[in-house]
Formats: sequence, structure tokens, C-alpha cells
Amino acid sequence: MASLDDLKKRIASVKSTQKITKAMKMVAAAKLRRAQESAEKGRPYSEKMNNVILNLFNGVSDKENAPKLLSGSGKDKVHLCVVMTSDRGLCGGFNSNIIKKAKSYFARLSEEGKNLKIVTVGSKGNDQLKRAYGDKIIANMSFKESKNANYFDAEKVGKMVIEKFEAEEFDVCTIFYNQFKNVITQIPQAQQIIPLNVENSEENKSEDSYEFEPDEDEILSNLLPKNISTQIFKAMLENSASEQGSRMSAMDNATRNAGEMVDKLTIEYNRSRQAAITKELIEIISGAESL
Amino acid sequence: MSEEFKVEIVNPEKSFLIKEDVSEVVVPAFEGDMGILKDHISIISFLKPGIIKILSKSGDENYYVEDGIVEFKNNNLSILTSSILNIADIDKSQQQDLLKTAEEEANKSEINDQSKYLADQKVEVLKSLN
Repeated sequence: MASLDDLKKRIASVKSTQKITKAMKMVAAAKLRRAQESAEKGRPYSEKMNNVILNLFNGVSDKENAPKLLSGSGKDKVHLCVVMTSDRGLCGGFNSNIIKKAKSYFARLSEEGKNLKIVTVGSKGNDQLKRAYGDKIIANMSFKESKNANYFDAEKVGKMVIEKFEAEEFDVCTIFYNQFKNVITQIPQAQQIIPLNVENSEENKSEDSYEFEPDEDEILSNLLPKNISTQIFKAMLENSASEQGSRMSAMDNATRNAGEMVDKLTIEYNRSRQAAITKELIEIISGAESL
Repeated sequence: MSEEFKVEIVNPEKSFLIKEDVSEVVVPAFEGDMGILKDHISIISFLKPGIIKILSKSGDENYYVEDGIVEFKNNNLSILTSSILNIADIDKSQQQDLLKTAEEEANKSEINDQSKYLADQKVEVLKSLN
């Protein structure tokens, strides 16, 4: 059995860990509110953008010759996966969930005999993927300096993706991120952004015919690169809200576990203290008896 | 009959502005400035750098935009833009900064015609703000 002194030290150390996790939880909760707010505020933009593109897509008469960002390069050989994770740890299963999702997707791709290229956004994802897929990672970006997800960063990622697409380095692009549902649930998502997936939203086709100025093709070729950045920005916002939510619940659990541990250790401490007192008493009594 | 319609400006971070009582909006569309009144035909177009003028009963407002998309439908005007500034809020130094970056962009050598045109537009508009 550990000595009294050791137990005391352990209790103190667990308590100070608890203080840290509690503080982290508070910070995450405050940041979560802000992140959630900006995720909600950012939604109208990407929704409207989607709507406009949908309307445009319906207006395009010659779908065969539509811009490549919309219709794809006609091949399905090289896949680019943009894996978006956080830059910081201690946020529960947040990063592992994305990585798991991405890895199962990678496995399927290699089964189908397709080439894989990876871009990681956020250093944690890079760390986890480096081991198994180090040779596939073609770029790693992280925005540690920026406090909140901002459009400027998203545009950087978007521009890089588009440049690579125009250089015909890949045919299909998918982004991986966590969608924020609530504090406890975040759903890892795989979203294909090139070529754009228009099929699944076809039911809300609008009847209205639009006038286009200049013509559809020109607008589309202007709009699609913007849409890529917008989708990436949306993913970033969702991700940052998810990260804080996930961290908050992880830290909440950690705080609770630390509390349980302190309780257990305190009981053990008291027990051994009592045992020591009893032992001392017996020694005194038996010493007195022998006189 | 009222001659007013709704305008909504959104940027990626948030809903920038929503106004219900607008009588006319002038947007710098790619092929020239375009005035939009109530019951305009549904239209989609995109913007070049310029000034958005919003005319309403409660006063006129001017915004500087660098890019964006406009969609008008059922008397709802949506403007999506990633860079928008209220001209009343722009001070001299900010304007100079914007002008400087725009000029740098316009003077780059490896620039294609369209971005050159856009950058020149920016410079022109920013200069006219003085």
C-alpha cells in the first residue's frame, strides 16, 4: 500500500489536473458559442450560393460543354482528398473520427485501383496520416495563427485546389470535415466538391427562368471557383464549432473522472491514516501493558 | 401600390445587410452598371469592383464591393459578396491601403487580361472615392 505521503501527493496532482480540464472546458464553452454563431451566420451565404448555382445549372443548355469544375474532367482516376482537422489536440474523438472516415474512404479507393492524393488542413490530421499515407500527402496547410476560421484562409485552400485541378493533377475532389450537430454529436462528412454534386438537390428545381448577364457559361466559370472556397469555408466553420463542442464534452468528462478519482483516493488516504493511528495506539497500549 | 422591394447582402461571415423598404438599387454588374427597380425580371449576374447604391425612403447608402453575384427573384434581391465596405465607414488611410494593393495587382506582369481589367477597375473606383 502506498504511503500516506504518496497518496497526498497524488490527490494534489489529480486535483490540479482537474483544475486544468475544468478551465479548458470553460474556455471551450465560450469559444463554442462564438464558433456556433459564426457557423450559423455563415450558412445563408453558402445556401444562397448553392441555389444560384442550381438555377444556373438548370439554365445551362449545353451540359456537355459546361465548365470542367461542374462536369468534371471526364475521368475518374486520381482522387484528391482534403482532410480538414484541428491544429490542437485534447478534443476527444474529433480528429480520430475524421481520420477514420477518411481512411475507410482511402481504402475503398485503393481497392478500386484509383490514385490517391491527400491535402491536409490542420496539423493534427497531418500527424495522424503521415505514418500510413505519408507518400500520398502532397500539401499540408495549417492556420494556427488565425484565431477563428476566416474566409481568407478558406480562399487560400480553394485557390490551391483549383490550381491543381486546372493543372490536371486530379479528377475528383472530396473534402472531409466534421459537421456540427450539437455539443455531443458531430458527424464526420465526406463531401465531393469537384465535380459538383448537383443530382441530390434536383428536387427543388425552380420553375423560374432567369435572365443571365453575361451568359450562363461565363457566370458559371466565374462562380464555381468561388463556390469551392465557399464550401471549404463552410467546412471550416462547421469544423471549428465541432472542435470546440467536442473539446468541451471531452473536458467535461475528464473533469468528472478526475473528481471520481479524487474521491477514491481520499477514501484510501483516510483509511490508511486510520490504520496508521490504530497501529500506533496498539503499540502504545501493548507497550504500557508490558511495563 | 408600394414600389419597394427587399434587398439582402450576405458575405461569407454573416448576413451583412437586410433592408425591406428599398426603392432602387444600382449594382456594378459585369457589363455595366445596372439599376434594379421593383418587378424586375429574374436575373443573375456578377459584379465587378464598384459601388452599390441603395436608394430607400430612410436614406441612401453606398457600398464598395470588389466582387460578387447578384440574384433578383420575386422582388428579392440577393447580393453575395466576399468583400464589401460601407463607404461612410471607409477612412482615408483604409482607402489608401486598398488603392495600394489594387495598384500593385494591376501592375503585376504575369496577369491575365481579365484580372488586369478587374484590378484597373478597382483602382479607378477607389480613386473616384476621393
